[in-house]
Amino acid sequence: MSKVLGLNGNAAAAHAMRQINPHVVAAYPITPQTDCVERFAEFVSEGLVDTEFVTVESEHSALSACIGAAAAGGRVMTATSSQGLALMWEMLYIAASMRLPIVMMVVNRALSGNINIHCDHSDTMGARDAGWIQLFSENAQEVYDNMIQAVRIAEDMRVRLPVMVTQDGFIISHAVERVELLDDEEVKNFVGPYRPLYPLLDVRNPVTYGPLDLFDYYFEHKRSEIEAIDNCLPVIEEVGKEFGKLSGRPYGLLEEYRLEDAEYAVVALGSTCGTAKEAVDRLRDRGKKVGLLKIRCFRPFPKDKVIRALAPRKGVAVLDRSVVFGGFGGPVFTEIRSALYDLPSRPLVIDFYYGLGGRDIYVEDIERAFARVEEVVRAGRVEKHIDYLGLRE
Amino acid sequence: MSRLKSWKELPPGGVILEAGNARTYKTGDWRTEKPQVDKAKCINCFFCWAYCPDASVIVDADRGTMEGFDYDHCKGCGICASVCPKQAITMIPER
Repeated sequence: MSKVLGLNGNAAAAHAMRQINPHVVAAYPITPQTDCVERFAEFVSEGLVDTEFVTVESEHSALSACIGAAAAGGRVMTATSSQGLALMWEMLYIAASMRLPIVMMVVNRALSGNINIHCDHSDTMGARDAGWIQLFSENAQEVYDNMIQAVRIAEDMRVRLPVMVTQDGFIISHAVERVELLDDEEVKNFVGPYRPLYPLLDVRNPVTYGPLDLFDYYFEHKRSEIEAIDNCLPVIEEVGKEFGKLSGRPYGLLEEYRLEDAEYAVVALGSTCGTAKEAVDRLRDRGKKVGLLKIRCFRPFPKDKVIRALAPRKGVAVLDRSVVFGGFGGPVFTEIRSALYDLPSRPLVIDFYYGLGGRDIYVEDIERAFARVEEVVRAGRVEKHIDYLGLRE
Repeated sequence: MSRLKSWKELPPGGVILEAGNARTYKTGDWRTEKPQVDKAKCINCFFCWAYCPDASVIVDADRGTMEGFDYDHCKGCGICASVCPKQAITMIPER
């Protein structure tokens, strides 16, 4: 029996953590994630979880403690945002290369400077090459669902990699929505008991984590890490299907919204997908053949599925909520455009930077993006690859 | 050097599953100069053995003799040559 509550994204994540009941949580508060960790700390003090809650002095220490606890053989979770994720930087790569199945909730918030506490994806997109699996959420329900699935994905013996579950700062993290919670028992059974791999606390079988690794083996270790993250796509799909059977909410790597016969597509991540669905509905009412491709799993990038979803379109507008300074478009754009390159005939692709530092994105903005991509297709060529939505010129 | 493994043979996470395997890592190829002992001058005082930072001076404890060097692990630092009271050890360039 599920229970319906009014929860914001932070609370949804905290409830997932309560039901998962990890062995160790080490976290440091940062806006807009604070609310999540505070609520979890309450669950700890109320004795609702058995978790060893480590209050650390920084995010660098938070992830360091998580790495130690995971290597010791525990189920470990943490949460952060923006500058906190930036401070975890060097430890992110270490967690992934040691193949530690840590689950981290990240509230997407703009990176300084200037100082901003609101949503964009510059924090998690900056961490996209660190070897973590990245699942983006459209709303509080997806935050909750993704957190529970993340544990299963991370700990699968075919995966053993850390997972980031993201939600848009304030837009999701602080907006109260209808969230359906599973029973505690259902979550407990779904995630199952933790199975450690080479735990340091197994003193009869001593192992070494993180040794010096020079020109003779470092490259081979990176190659096996590449293989590990590439191989986890089917596991993410399997877990999404199984979660669907339990909850009635199945998950895939992508979500295609009214895309089947669409001539024009918008590609987006996170809460903007909700806005984009409204824009698609309005344009469909006016007879436009448009659709949305929502990317739930950005790392590993589900290239084949993206190609299949976008190949038949005439034009694609990618929405990027973070900038690659000096690069050829945002991180989503470069990924999408590159994926389509080998097709004998491919859609024209343009990029829109939008929503930086929490700038609102409106249905009309997305309608404008569709109109622009239609113009580009009519002209038959892309003159301006990168444009902006919601910016004062 | 033991045979280098392919990436497919490695345990996940770059963990090392067996203890004491530093021995299989041959640090001798870091060397630019190698020590050579002239046993005619050597008085088996064991200064070289005591000072060697890499446990690369081979001695026969029963006979009380200095026997030479473990070139698989000697990094060629030259401390043995420097502490030898009889200048019995010389450092010669590696080719």
